[in-house]
Amino acid sequence: MGDIIEKSMELKTDSAEEKNTKIEERRTVSSLAAALGAQWLVEGEKDRPIETGYVCDLLSWAMARLPEGAAWLTVMGNLNAVAVCSLKDGACILLTDNAPLDENAKARAEIEGIPILRVEAGAYETALRLGAFLEERP
Amino acid sequence: MSALTFTYEVPGDDFTRAGEASSDVKRKLKQLGYNPEAIRKVAIAMYEGEINMVIHANGGEAKVEVDPHEIRITLSDKGPGIPDVEKAMQEGWSTAPDTIRNLGFGAGMGLPNIKKYTDELRIDTKVGEGTTLYMKVLA
Repeated sequence: MGDIIEKSMELKTDSAEEKNTKIEERRTVSSLAAALGAQWLVEGEKDRPIETGYVCDLLSWAMARLPEGAAWLTVMGNLNAVAVCSLKDGACILLTDNAPLDENAKARAEIEGIPILRVEAGAYETALRLGAFLEERP
Repeated sequence: MSALTFTYEVPGDDFTRAGEASSDVKRKLKQLGYNPEAIRKVAIAMYEGEINMVIHANGGEAKVEVDPHEIRITLSDKGPGIPDVEKAMQEGWSTAPDTIRNLGFGAGMGLPNIKKYTDELRIDTKVGEGTTLYMKVLA
């Protein structure tokens, strides 16, 4: 009960802008990694906000459609995937199914500051969890 | 004012180096203070072009001219040429071999993507002689 009152007071005192910032703060690559229990392969810009998600293993398809600020779920851990994420301004690469990351891709991601995470779960399950993560409100 | 020009050699059959030219152009345009949307369009169109040259033409040459109001990119190769440009412009149409598909390319999005991200695109191609793409992105 006390908790609820505290929360409603918070809502009254926070301006809309402040609230949005708080939501953004929670939806970073770092907080996603924590929520999924993902393994960090490259930290990069780990505080980058995640706007949405995208699932695709065809790089040329992702090149056409990966949204800016998306967490990109894929099994492609090669150099070209890093290039696509960088050029399209994706928020991070999230390797599903424990997919391998090439050494040269890791090195390039470190230079470009692209965060790369890895999970054991497949794309479907991971996308569901990402969806829940993005829906969450503080 | 004369335009700044950058030229690059795009290596053939070396996917680890594909994208070097477009990444470099992206960096340079950022330093020159172009708007992010124009930079994004140039980088994407140029990367697709580079990949095409690596897949189909054993590499080629990229020339980028930058003016305050537009960026012009010329990609030329001495590859096999495109027999049917109209088909090549369709999403999903691809002649890339399986080895390329295994890397995640060859979905037939290259040229359609280039068209989508450029303000002007012209393709000069001759079977057996090569292909040249002229692209323009307004800044």
